[in-house]
Amino acid sequence: MEEIIQKVKNLSVGFKSQKGHEISILKNITTDIKKGETVGIVGESGSGKSTLALAMMGYVKQGLYKMEGECIFNSSNLLNMNNRELEKIRGRKIAMIPQNAGQSLTPNLKIGYQIDEALKLHTSLNKNDRDKKISELLNKVRLPSPETIALRYPHELSGGQQQRVAVGMALAGNPDLLLLDEPTTGLDVTTQAHVLELLNFIAKDTGTSMVYVSHDLGAIAQVSDRIIVMYSGEIVLEGPTRDILQQPIHPYTYGLLKSIPKLSLAGLPDSMPGSQPQPGTKKKGCSFYDRCNLAEDKCKKNSPDLEYINELKTSVRCFNYKKLIKQKSENQSNIKRNEKNIKVNEILNLTDVSISYAKQKLLDQIFNKITDTNPTVKDINIDINKGETIALVGESGSGKSTILKSIAGLLRTKEGKIKFDKDRVLSNDVKKRNSSDLRAIQLIFQNPDESLNPNHTVEEILAQPLKLYFGLSGEELKQNIIELLEKVRLGKFYMSRYPRQLSGGEKQRVAVARAFAAKPDIILCDEVTSALDVSVQAAVLNLLQKLKEDFGTTYIFVSHDLAVVRAISDRVAVLYQGRLCEIGPSKNVYKFPSHPYTEVLLGAVLEPDPDIKPKLVAEDIVEDKPPEKGCCFQGRCPRFLGDQCKNETPPWQIGDNGNAIRCHINIKDLEKKQNGN
Amino acid sequence: MFFLIIKRILLGLITLIIVSLITFVGTEVLPGDACTTYLEREAYGAALEACYKRLGLDIPAHERYLSWAFSVIQGDFGYSLSGQMPINEVLGPRVKNSMVLASAAIIIGIPIALILGIITALWRDKLPDITISTVTIFAMTIPEFISATLLILIVAIWLEWLPGIVIVPTDVTITELLPNIILPVIAIAMIMTAHMARMVRSSVIQVMASDYVQMAILKGVPYWKMVFKHVLPNALLPAINVVALTIAWLLGGVVVTEVVFNYPGLGRLVIESISNRDLPTVQALAIILASIYVSINLIADLLTLMLNPRLKTLQIRK
Amino acid sequence: METKKSSEFKKKSIFYKISEVLVTMASKPSGFIGLSILFFHILLAFSSPYLAPYDFKAIDPSLMLQAPSSEYWFGTDSLGRDVFTRTIMGGRTALTITFFGSLIALLWGGLLGIFCGLVGGKVDDVVMRIVDAFLSIPWILAMLLIVSLLGTSTEVLIPALGFFYGKGIVRVARAATHDVIAKDFIVSARARGHSNLSIIWNEIIPNVRDAILVEGAMRWSWMLLGFSSLSFLGFGVSPPTPDWGLMISNARGLMSFAYWAVIAPIVGLSSLIIGINLTADAFAKALGIDRSTKAPV
Repeated sequence: MEEIIQKVKNLSVGFKSQKGHEISILKNITTDIKKGETVGIVGESGSGKSTLALAMMGYVKQGLYKMEGECIFNSSNLLNMNNRELEKIRGRKIAMIPQNAGQSLTPNLKIGYQIDEALKLHTSLNKNDRDKKISELLNKVRLPSPETIALRYPHELSGGQQQRVAVGMALAGNPDLLLLDEPTTGLDVTTQAHVLELLNFIAKDTGTSMVYVSHDLGAIAQVSDRIIVMYSGEIVLEGPTRDILQQPIHPYTYGLLKSIPKLSLAGLPDSMPGSQPQPGTKKKGCSFYDRCNLAEDKCKKNSPDLEYINELKTSVRCFNYKKLIKQKSENQSNIKRNEKNIKVNEILNLTDVSISYAKQKLLDQIFNKITDTNPTVKDINIDINKGETIALVGESGSGKSTILKSIAGLLRTKEGKIKFDKDRVLSNDVKKRNSSDLRAIQLIFQNPDESLNPNHTVEEILAQPLKLYFGLSGEELKQNIIELLEKVRLGKFYMSRYPRQLSGGEKQRVAVARAFAAKPDIILCDEVTSALDVSVQAAVLNLLQKLKEDFGTTYIFVSHDLAVVRAISDRVAVLYQGRLCEIGPSKNVYKFPSHPYTEVLLGAVLEPDPDIKPKLVAEDIVEDKPPEKGCCFQGRCPRFLGDQCKNETPPWQIGDNGNAIRCHINIKDLEKKQNGN
Repeated sequence: MFFLIIKRILLGLITLIIVSLITFVGTEVLPGDACTTYLEREAYGAALEACYKRLGLDIPAHERYLSWAFSVIQGDFGYSLSGQMPINEVLGPRVKNSMVLASAAIIIGIPIALILGIITALWRDKLPDITISTVTIFAMTIPEFISATLLILIVAIWLEWLPGIVIVPTDVTITELLPNIILPVIAIAMIMTAHMARMVRSSVIQVMASDYVQMAILKGVPYWKMVFKHVLPNALLPAINVVALTIAWLLGGVVVTEVVFNYPGLGRLVIESISNRDLPTVQALAIILASIYVSINLIADLLTLMLNPRLKTLQIRK
Repeated sequence: METKKSSEFKKKSIFYKISEVLVTMASKPSGFIGLSILFFHILLAFSSPYLAPYDFKAIDPSLMLQAPSSEYWFGTDSLGRDVFTRTIMGGRTALTITFFGSLIALLWGGLLGIFCGLVGGKVDDVVMRIVDAFLSIPWILAMLLIVSLLGTSTEVLIPALGFFYGKGIVRVARAATHDVIAKDFIVSARARGHSNLSIIWNEIIPNVRDAILVEGAMRWSWMLLGFSSLSFLGFGVSPPTPDWGLMISNARGLMSFAYWAVIAPIVGLSSLIIGINLTADAFAKALGIDRSTKAPV
């Protein structure tokens, strides 16, 4: 029998509501972490996964309290220890790698000091040895020039570097157990893949046990040996990674896996109805009952127990799991997109667009000349056809949202023209556009919390465009609002609600309804699903696709998530540092030959399948601004040629399958090299 | 960094120029000029003319402003009508006395405020917090003249521990001042301390809820080490500016307190010169008090700049 | 084209919101105490002329400095006037003047702040510099100067107080507007092409309203404090009108033998200021704004 390093027994954690009710966030959790294994805890926001990880360090967040149960580490219960005893375990035996390293490193202390602090507390090394150890640790997490990094403050590092420092700090005490709370969330795709690869290496190298908490099954699949799926504060499924991902026998996990868009599959993912219940709203029965398509009457009345199935080595909390045993999730047909609506009528045309932020910052004002020759976004030429969905893809700083803003007239272009509907040039100032142009282009934003006025009811929110563009009032206005709500599958009773009374998915539906209220020709979607949980994301994607097919709307869809883009778009444009790298039909962009940057991006995508490993072909350096001449990707390119790439702007080449690539390497050679990899 | 410091100093100077304009224009716009206001019913004939000459009111306003501004820059505030002597001579001892009072209040107040604020934050919603917070609410809401009056009534009249009214000449030495200023200092320090304690409390509470403090706990950093290394530097930095504003605000309270205790400082001079309708002195006082305000804020700004690692390394990043 | 129907809908929700906020405020002991004190004082201000047992200005040298008795509950002052009568009437002027003064402060401070926050750039810089300059002159100096030159009538005091206490509100309103302006719902409204006025009215004001109102409530208590200080210095209410600040100032010299004449107005004024402060605190908490981080400027 393997050695158990931590045992969680019947753990319930909760809080007291203002009315004095006890509301649990974790309900009766029991599980073991074995020595040397990596356990992935996966769940959507509010499933209690972070609370569980923190409890494994004997830490309960302010406002919460332990209701019952224990977390046993080295045969003592962490949850009964006093602070003195805990200080000896935290950082030394159990260490934590936090979600957002940028906010988890103390801003006024240098990196070196913060690691040194951990070393001082948990090792008996003297000053000299500690200094050596700091360099060693920073080296181990693959940070360039450790000696200089140690003298920096946290804010001087990039997100990926901060995360590496956090890993190094956690390793300082040589812990037996590492807890990782969403350690790659918020990082760029390529950075995320690199950090994960590092974590995998460390797990093998040191033999530490790890608990990896994430909402992202793709990341979990890459690192963990065993998966625990949480829903509404309960473990609903637990078992070996491969089995769980290939044969998810809990309906929630089954649905979750199907709602994840995948690179290998075109078309939209299946969606799950509804959303996770708020803590305290569900009294009896299975917590997944409302969203489950296998539900029966008994599920409403009784909550199922977590049952261990010997032949599958899996525990499951469902009465009807047997129905799912033989089904394989991959075999389910994805919803096909209807591509017939696309006409080859050009509706929007960007010609030589460049945009500069130069005037906005004081420091930039001083260095005016430099930024002017090197604008944030440069030379963007895109034709957009009526009824198509074109996606702009890139990492943070790629200028994709900037382009959207200037199409909406919110940011002035420095050069170039934006032409709409039969070559009419749109003014680059929203104030100068006429009402019908304004109506024709609508925006949907990333975060519905910010894009809906918290002081307006849904009715007032939807009334705004209707009043503004169509002058509706009275009964007619109300009728239109009800119709709009129906279109986004929300009931009439939502009219009197405030945004704070809606779930994330519902809010985004209201935002979608508001955009469609204008009967627009083009909708600009700015990362519209990235703030949503996966199961909700699939529903919103499906809704967008359905509405588009009904109304013939054109979407310009900005996202950092290549799989989502694959699912929804007809055409993809890949951007790096505000420059276009590749553009073409999405089915071709996802095939070789690709621009080297596209290749890097595609290689870094994490699929929820332990057998598909990411390919890391380039360093995840962060560049502050685009190079002044030559190819925009020269700094990170894995196929860098030398002076030619440094000095000459690469030419456009069009491949056999219709995608255009901006690269010095001949497109045929590119294809050979990439397929040979 | 260097540019930022220069910029702050320039902004402070611009503020002072605007203040001088406001006071000058203010006294111009309000009915009557310095002489008619001061002389009241006797504002006619030779007396008025002599006064006009004395203050140079017979030259146009903008020229008068410029010459006044120039002499102010050189440290000459003009002529006091009620004192019948240069304003500088009136101001000198008053400034010193008020400085003694205010700095005593600040020296006592800041450490107490820090300690109280930190205690209330660390024991949030527990007994120490509830008691201290209740007391600070009372201390910060009750006007200075009430607390001063009560202090005199209780400490001076009923208990007879300390003198109630300060009866000293204006040019008193600091050692002679000492027993006399205990009550005024308490009256001023009380309201200021209460304000600062509340600000420190909320700032510390905010930092205690941050991710990095949670991380420090999870790293196994002992509690007090965490408080001193991870919490306080980050909590007190934003408090510096607010503390400066509180100190600056205290200037108004000083006026009232000095009147209650009959203390020969700038505050009483404000009341005296206004009662005597001595506009040149009032203008001088406005400039002096505003420069104190501006310099306190400037010091706070520079302190924040120097202590904040984000700004410290600005030039390295750019 | 605002319809009647939707404005009715709005009205209802505002009344609902007010009652909701009041209930939240009163649900905590400090808020409950604050509200009770404030209501008591407002009630007293309205009813005291009918409750007062004596004439507040009747001078009777034979009754000078009498200790509290069953006849004169709080004793008499140096002119033989009944302290109880003067105490219960002593808050009327202060309450009225500071209430209207706060309204003026709220209005001009709030509007200018929103304007600055919205416009930004050079205009904002210049206006804020001027506001800063005004802030750096101690309010008491400016108030004393104005009052001594223009007199102490209500027409002078209300706008002057309103002006000097509105400066702080400008800053708060500006900061709140800055926060809101960065939000996507404003961007969304701009992209839709709403007019500036409509954006201010529909999107910005509802979101900065709470912060400004809390600041206004806070200003009210500072203004009361300031006004009483003026009265105390003899630059506020003119005698014989009963006023706490003035009463304290008059009775102070004789307090070694007639402490009652000082204590009664002190209790009156302190309780009102504490009441307003607790209420403002509870109001801020009920609206989710932490006011203890704000400087008292």
